Amino acid sequence: MNFNMLRRRFFGDPLNALLSLAVLAAALLWLPPLLRWAVTNARLAPDAAACTALEHGGACWGVIVEKARFILLGRYPDEEAWRPLVAAGLIGTGWLLAAFRHLPGRTLAALLLAPPLVALPLLGGGVAGLTPVPTELWGGLPLTLLLTGAGMAGALPLGIAVAYGRRSRLPVLRAVLTACVELARGIPLVAALFAASFLLPLFFPEGLALDMLWRVLIAIVLFAAAYLSEIIRGGLQAIRPGQLDAAAALGFGFWQTQRWIVLPQVLRAVAPSIANSAIALFKDTSLVTVVSLYELTGSLSLALSGDPEWRPFYLEAWLFIAGVYWVGCWVLGRVSRRLGG
Amino acid sequence: MARPQSASRAVQALLIVALLALLGLLVATTRAHLEERGIRSGFDFLFEPAGFSLGESVLPFDAGDTTLRAFVAGLLNTLRVALPGAALALGLGILLGFGRLADNPLVRGLAGTAVNAIRNVPLLLHLLAWYFILTDLLPAADAPLQLAPGVFLSKSGLALPWWGDNGFEIPELAGFGIDGGASLTPEYLALLFGLTIYGAAYIAETLRGAVLALPEGQRTAALALGMTPRQAFLLVLLPQAWRAALPPTTSQLLNLFKNSSLAVAIGYPDLMAVAGTSLNQSGRAIECLSIVVAVYLLLSLLGAAVSHRLEKRSLRGGPA
Repeated sequence: MNFNMLRRRFFGDPLNALLSLAVLAAALLWLPPLLRWAVTNARLAPDAAACTALEHGGACWGVIVEKARFILLGRYPDEEAWRPLVAAGLIGTGWLLAAFRHLPGRTLAALLLAPPLVALPLLGGGVAGLTPVPTELWGGLPLTLLLTGAGMAGALPLGIAVAYGRRSRLPVLRAVLTACVELARGIPLVAALFAASFLLPLFFPEGLALDMLWRVLIAIVLFAAAYLSEIIRGGLQAIRPGQLDAAAALGFGFWQTQRWIVLPQVLRAVAPSIANSAIALFKDTSLVTVVSLYELTGSLSLALSGDPEWRPFYLEAWLFIAGVYWVGCWVLGRVSRRLGG
Repeated sequence: MARPQSASRAVQALLIVALLALLGLLVATTRAHLEERGIRSGFDFLFEPAGFSLGESVLPFDAGDTTLRAFVAGLLNTLRVALPGAALALGLGILLGFGRLADNPLVRGLAGTAVNAIRNVPLLLHLLAWYFILTDLLPAADAPLQLAPGVFLSKSGLALPWWGDNGFEIPELAGFGIDGGASLTPEYLALLFGLTIYGAAYIAETLRGAVLALPEGQRTAALALGMTPRQAFLLVLLPQAWRAALPPTTSQLLNLFKNSSLAVAIGYPDLMAVAGTSLNQSGRAIECLSIVVAVYLLLSLLGAAVSHRLEKRSLRGGPA
């Protein structure tokens, strides 16, 4: 790019020149104080007295050091802390491999769907000599990853089933499923979580009382399945009739056609959209804090709201959590793009 | 072809029976649970005194008013934040979308960074940050920031010139607080800012996607006719793109409306928050939640219908 081209791009006409100057002026005005706050005057040590003395003239990154254990793992017992760490590591590794390695579809699916299912007994205990840990104590990053991973793992098969059901020859089945999907898509997730919290206990017979975590997981699976079923239905509609005729000519039955001809094409075509749904769910898991489950966002509030000494440095801790979400979304976004999105 | 028909009839009948059985089972267990806990059911509680008050309300409301009035006040509070939020998000989103498509690399980079930073953080975190900034970092009401003559920002919210008991009033400092005009609470402002900015980032992406999806030849042809890049964008690309952008944009606005239910997390008394409070107060979980679900569904359907009509109109007005 030569000098003339640069000049035309930045100062090509009056409006362009004005915009360039405005951006540069804003940068000159805002960047130095921001850098002073975030770097030069900032404190890294978890020393509340020294941080208070800064009077917000510099960032108190020490709050992250001080509260990291609590924000990342929630109230999970200290002596068992390795279990949530391993659980988060397993799910996170699956995401990273999917984002950075070229893998065959089946391996990819296993990497994304299996770790959350392993994480459940690992966190819960009661098997293989692990001490049982009640679900109320689960929290932080492992819970965020678990709700996303297990939510998707449950919603995907259900979403496929619903998508097929809506193409069924039975009008009653179609009507019922359409009503359910439109219901789930028309209400906010918060309403679904409230229903999980207050209605589900009424619906289940005595002796089948589920913990809040399981109820919320049911709500998340149903909610996500409604959105996934629409994506998959779109994929099914895009399959050309010739494909089915060809399969029939080869003597394939219904299930064989679906298993070997239709589904592989549909899943490949809609994989990026499914990954985008996973991003939406990853962010939406933050809402479970309204029904008292303390995943990443909830444990941030839990860690700071009751602590007057560190509460003033909420923004610094917030930036840390926002950074964690940002990285998670970025990784899942890479998965989506890698799948062809 | 008679056999599959009758077979599918039988399957359907079976399906209906199974669904009814499931429904019956749910009703039976639910009834047993309610009886056991001594909770009455029915919508009569709507006409009894609510027994709780609301943090703020457009509709005058106190604890002695009926629960029904509380729900109406909650719905009005939802609309009070969702409608201006939608309008602001649309405006800011179009601006950000233009920024992302700009020729100027500085503007494009800035808009791109902003959109990505906003979209990759959950809306709830946005709300919590705004709430913290508005309630903890701002000065107290006796020493507010003055943004403009008669416009004050403090921990107690934003005071604006508005019509009050004495006609048009301009807020002024009076002793320990601010007197006159209208005042917007920090809860309302946090929700409005969060919804606007989050919604705008998504609308910007929608707009950008619609413009980028146009065939490259459109722009090339416009440039070949001697248009400047800006003319090509405004006169050729945009009129075509906005039709493609209409359906996803209205669905983003509907999302914004549904997302306003996150008000519960920061204590703004919207419909969802009223339902939650009333549910705790009366124990009528099924009734309260069915009201909420019905209202959200109805408004979502209404929004979808409006969007459908807009789409049809924009297609009719298109080039022959």
